[in-house]
Amino acid sequence: MRFKEKLPQILKPLISIMVGLSLGLLVTKIAGEDPWNVLEILVRGAFGSRYDFGMTLFYTTPLIFTGLSVAFAFHSGLFNIGAEGQLAMGALSVAAVGILFPNAPGFLAPVLGVLAAVVGGGIWGAIPGWLRARRGSHEVINTIMLNFIAAGLTSWVTLYLLKNPDSQNPETAAVAPSYLIRQFSFFDGAPVSMAFFVALMAAFVVWFILWKTVLGFEIRAVGQSESAARSAGIDAAKMRMLAMAIAGGLAGLVGVGEVMGNADRFRVGFSPGYGFTGIAVALLARNRPFAIVASALLFGALHKGASELDLETENVTRDLSLILQALVILCVSAEGVWDLAGERYKLLIKKKWIRSAPSPELAEEHYSPKV
Amino acid sequence: MIPAVEFRRLNKSFHGVHANVDISFKVMKGTIHAIIGENGAGKSTAMKMLYGTYQPDQGEILIHGKSWGGKPKSWTSPLDAIRSGIGMVHQHFMLSAPHTALDNILLGVETSHPFFSFLPKSLRPISRVQAQVKLDRIADQYGLKVDWSAKVENLSVGIQQRIEILKLLYRDAEILILDEPTAVLTPQETSELFAQLKKLCQLGKTVLIITHKLKEVMSIADHVTVFRAGRVVGEREISETNIEELATLMVGRKVRLQADAPPPPQVKEPVLEISGVSLAARHGLKNVSFQVKAGEIVGISGVEGNGQAELLQVLLHPKDHTESMTGEVKVLGKSTAGMTTEQVKELGVGVIPDDRLRDGLLLDRPVRDNFLLGLQRRKPFSRAGILSYSKLSKEVSRAIEEYDIRPPLQQAKASLLSGGNQQKIVIAREFKYSPKFLIASQPTRGVDVGAIEFIHKRILKARQEGSGVLLISSELDEILALSDRILVMFDGRILAEFKRGEATEQALGLRMGGAVS
Repeated sequence: MRFKEKLPQILKPLISIMVGLSLGLLVTKIAGEDPWNVLEILVRGAFGSRYDFGMTLFYTTPLIFTGLSVAFAFHSGLFNIGAEGQLAMGALSVAAVGILFPNAPGFLAPVLGVLAAVVGGGIWGAIPGWLRARRGSHEVINTIMLNFIAAGLTSWVTLYLLKNPDSQNPETAAVAPSYLIRQFSFFDGAPVSMAFFVALMAAFVVWFILWKTVLGFEIRAVGQSESAARSAGIDAAKMRMLAMAIAGGLAGLVGVGEVMGNADRFRVGFSPGYGFTGIAVALLARNRPFAIVASALLFGALHKGASELDLETENVTRDLSLILQALVILCVSAEGVWDLAGERYKLLIKKKWIRSAPSPELAEEHYSPKV
Repeated sequence: MIPAVEFRRLNKSFHGVHANVDISFKVMKGTIHAIIGENGAGKSTAMKMLYGTYQPDQGEILIHGKSWGGKPKSWTSPLDAIRSGIGMVHQHFMLSAPHTALDNILLGVETSHPFFSFLPKSLRPISRVQAQVKLDRIADQYGLKVDWSAKVENLSVGIQQRIEILKLLYRDAEILILDEPTAVLTPQETSELFAQLKKLCQLGKTVLIITHKLKEVMSIADHVTVFRAGRVVGEREISETNIEELATLMVGRKVRLQADAPPPPQVKEPVLEISGVSLAARHGLKNVSFQVKAGEIVGISGVEGNGQAELLQVLLHPKDHTESMTGEVKVLGKSTAGMTTEQVKELGVGVIPDDRLRDGLLLDRPVRDNFLLGLQRRKPFSRAGILSYSKLSKEVSRAIEEYDIRPPLQQAKASLLSGGNQQKIVIAREFKYSPKFLIASQPTRGVDVGAIEFIHKRILKARQEGSGVLLISSELDEILALSDRILVMFDGRILAEFKRGEATEQALGLRMGGAVS
């Protein structure tokens, strides 16, 4: 029974993803490639070897964080477009701590780094949260603006305060070795580190906070109906500020994998838009923490798989992954199609072309408002 | 004689739920026909099929003996219905506030001078003069005077309703459907409306009224059709029936219409003291002072929009009004100045908000979560910030049983419940910790008769147990039945005070309209 209820919830996105990918591959056909060949390259590129799989996980890790960040804010009714800026601030904070406190003992240093990431990103998330709660200015605009400010601020700090003297690149000096977390040898040199498990843990923690604690209940109540929450004595403004701060902290955790697990330093512009892809990740997962892990894996695999296309095909490039992402999201968000399909189905029953009625659970699912 | 409207074995279901089963009844031309039934009884569904919003699954509707114009069974949209002379006044008026009365009536059927017919329709200048001539004639004929050039936002609710009716007459409607027309009117405005409706009928129009106020049915309708659980369970001539019979038909069992208030217990110390409170706002408060003592019910009557909502705001969210408010509010002896909503509620205040859909419930969430809303920080529902769903489930199933919430499913979404059952969730939650001071604002709005009886009993029980109750309601019957003292609010002031037994409907109605003694 329980499973039967859940089935459409699991099947619908899966079918959407299939349709989206099929459409995307059709595009390659138009571009003059063999779609099966492209699909094979994509799969092989993402999962073909230990190294490839490792790279897929490497791309997946930040997407889990940003996906969680967007989802967390969304549950409080806010749209966090600022994960990109928050993750930059988080990463820079890790680098700053790693450079300024090189003598931190080995067991404490990674903890300090993680804390710095959370605090750096969290502050950057709390600012638009505060502006929304106390000043009523819209978080979408403020988070976008803060992305630009973060980009400028991190560049300035990198170039003028923490510059790596031995390099022409816009990057900070290396963090102290005690801050580095080791990469798993299993993946033949792909930079997969403990950060991946931190991401999995973060998904669990987010789920626990949102569904098992008073705080999560209050945050979701505010997201669902601010006026009802207020009448019940919940401080909506405070909850929103908190939610945005936590969302920022989650995005900031991207810095752990990047600085402590991969580059050893902060590099300006290291993120290929993880913060924005995070919106798509959360959307595909309907803001469910565990679904976000799966959804991030899909986007990570697409990213990694598509990077092989440059070399191996004539007519399509890695940009195909963007087309695929877009098509998948379009298909997933095309809710009306499901309703339409449901109506057609009922029409068929009415005309006695098919017999049984759809189960009530299914009907319920069709018409339930989306989170 | 051919009936104006005839429903023939109409069926309609939504996702397998039968909203209308074999609905058949006739409405004769030139009569006022009342449709009564509890929430969810299917009366709105039937009317929406008549109006073209829904299409029936089976059966047909005949207008003046004809299946409608060329189409076999139903029309596909309200536009078809309007063209065939059917008009509807919705419970919430469909008027544009910043526009004049005239423009509101013309909206959608604007006419222009033939000279401009070379222009595309949307670019032609509106000829208001022509329309006004026709409207003046209609207004004279039916005695519906309105200042055409007045802006709707400056007009009273009664006049706004008149504009809605004129809108239909201007479109040559023969059959008028009115959905809960008296919900927002004072008694005086109501009787005025009824006089107008009677005149409409004398001049050959047919009026269908959807309502749940049995008294009004008795005073205005010629015939009545009773809906229950999607079926027509009775049709009566008004001359051959009475309120008790209609109520029994509606609910399916005997109901006591008037809650018998037991004698008030010993009245004790005040739970609410308001002195000299003024609030600067659109419907502000002006020097409001009164007390509510433990063990008494104080009713605030008045037409909506005279400061009741603001009073509730001031009581519940003092912190948000620190700057705009003057005067003092004391709850259970403590001044609430600067307190947050949570702090106010922690004093022992229970609130039934007037708009439960907006302020009382999380509609997309299950019954269980709605019960928890506001109690989430209390033991045993949470401990050290972690929720205990097992304890919650136990409490919720107890509440579902005690309050007879249907369907008895903890996981049912609140939006799927009827108004009465939604309200029971709110009441179960607010009564969980026996509030010392209860604010009940429009506690029975949109609630079916059976649930009204239950809610009234609970409120009286709270009083017997020593709570002080502030009852804000625009239903006079409710105010008169429950209140130990009645305060009339008008334009942000307390205009009059009555003791139980002293007040009559007339006297209250006059004060609600702003008359000073």
